[in-house]
Amino acid sequence: MSGLILSRRGLVASAAAGLGGLLAGCDQASRSPQVLNILQSAEGLSYRTQRLLQSGQPLAREFSHSDLSPIFKVNGTEHPGGDAYKALLDTQFANWRLAVTGLVPRPLSLSLAQLRAMPGRTQITRHDCVEGWSAIGQWSGVPLSQVLRLSGLAANARFIVFHCADELAAGSLYYESIDLVDAFHPQTILAYDLNGAPLEVGHGAPLRLRVERQLGYKQAKYVMSIEAVDRLDNIQGGKGGFWEDRGYEWYAGI
Amino acid sequence: MSASDTDPPEPPIEPEAGASPEPALAQPVAEAMEAPVAAAVLPELTAAPEPEVVSPSPTETPTPLAKPAREVIYRHGVIVRLTHWINVLAISLLVMSGAQIFNAHPRLYWGQYGADADKSVAEMAAMNSPHGLVGVTHVGGLKLTTTGFLGVSNGPNGQPTVQGFPGWLTIPSYRDLATGRHWHFFFAWLFVINGLIYLIAGLISGHFRRDLAPTGEQIRPRSILQSIWDHVRLKHPTGEEARRYNVLQKLTYLIVIFILLPLMVGTGLTMSPGFDSILPGLLALFGGRQSARTIHFISANLIVLFVLVHVVEVFLAGVVNEIRSMITGRYVVTTEAHR
Repeated sequence: MSGLILSRRGLVASAAAGLGGLLAGCDQASRSPQVLNILQSAEGLSYRTQRLLQSGQPLAREFSHSDLSPIFKVNGTEHPGGDAYKALLDTQFANWRLAVTGLVPRPLSLSLAQLRAMPGRTQITRHDCVEGWSAIGQWSGVPLSQVLRLSGLAANARFIVFHCADELAAGSLYYESIDLVDAFHPQTILAYDLNGAPLEVGHGAPLRLRVERQLGYKQAKYVMSIEAVDRLDNIQGGKGGFWEDRGYEWYAGI
Repeated sequence: MSASDTDPPEPPIEPEAGASPEPALAQPVAEAMEAPVAAAVLPELTAAPEPEVVSPSPTETPTPLAKPAREVIYRHGVIVRLTHWINVLAISLLVMSGAQIFNAHPRLYWGQYGADADKSVAEMAAMNSPHGLVGVTHVGGLKLTTTGFLGVSNGPNGQPTVQGFPGWLTIPSYRDLATGRHWHFFFAWLFVINGLIYLIAGLISGHFRRDLAPTGEQIRPRSILQSIWDHVRLKHPTGEEARRYNVLQKLTYLIVIFILLPLMVGTGLTMSPGFDSILPGLLALFGGRQSARTIHFISANLIVLFVLVHVVEVFLAGVVNEIRSMITGRYVVTTEAHR
């Protein structure tokens, strides 16, 4: 029995040491690019698996008015600031234009009135923050596919990039990107209304992206221009988005 | 009848008959050691010997004070052992990276939505007091001061820091949601693949039916009460009964394997906006993404509770024997002279 007690003690001690070692090891591993590369291989697996299972382009769940969040939380940039944005805001975005550029045969410059005049879509969907909270809101806007049909897409275009007006970190304008599967998904819209009223500044006035099958950080606010590209590695940090450049997954379907 | 892989699937069990099924207990255990015991304990083995049986030999079981009879049985198949240890790794890292993810928003809700302005069902919060930061954990209407552990605990620099779980429970130990998510999803895939291998292998080999399904006799209220009483007294079975899992153990394993762990996967997938479009029924099943998140949290805590009890039981039942059996598969059954 005494031998057993000794070994128990040894095991408890080694368990404690093991936990400490595990923590230190995990912290060290978390800072190692090689380990992060291995861990991030799961993103590709999740992306390919979900895209395979989404081959029928299923819709995100749509809710009813009774499901609306009483208060839709403002997150990220609350106000882009800056003179340029202030000038746009002062004239209620009368002089704002959405530029559609890049690998498109017919570059566009669209006013808010022109976007509102296009066939729109209204949807009550759930916004899921990467932090874990959710809010349900009613979004109205133009399906991105409509805009892309107007501009056309070059054969080598692979991603749509959204350039925004806000600097969430000094010197880095917010931006996001999605693949063409999401770009042509019926619920992917350029939203100008939330809950039946024009977007407030906190929610991304005058225009924000809604990609309903991905997390909140993909829903770029204050969209100024749309660019069709064949690669992402030559834009800002090269990872396809503001938060992606700061370690988050480019595919935010989970 | 036993946890070894040697028995026919449905052993006849009529404990009341008192005749054949428990020969080792019916007969006085005169044979102190080794081979004769094996023959006496498992008469059916002599009729149909199986290759997996580790025939006990004097060299393998050295018992200098030949008091209790010892027999080495082959308890865990190789798939069970491998998937068990992969699970130890995966679940440990999932729990700790999950705590990191939870810390990004240490509030839980019920329903389809839930954010700061909405009513939470549980929360780990921090308050300022004249004596500094105070950690307060709300569960329903209950309010507990949990400074030092939940809500407020020491940060990397030793200063009281506002955080749900303390750093020593999270991966990474410092606040880094992006990296926590990488750990979580990598090991979630490993856990799912490992679990599928275990489930398929278990179905093919009959592991669930043979080792985990309680026998008709075990499931009787009297047997369950007896097993509860044995657990209360920390009494562990010897002899014939040590060959199989006891009924509480079986029910616990079944709940963990077929309810809690699948619940983790199901509620985890419900939190994925991409997966919700693939299987919208998940939202209906769990009552919304925020309910799923709350169930994910509760279920994870139950799994941690299971692991703690499981490890304590391993120590109580004989840590060397138990751990060895999960490494080599070989488990020593002791038949005490009087019982």
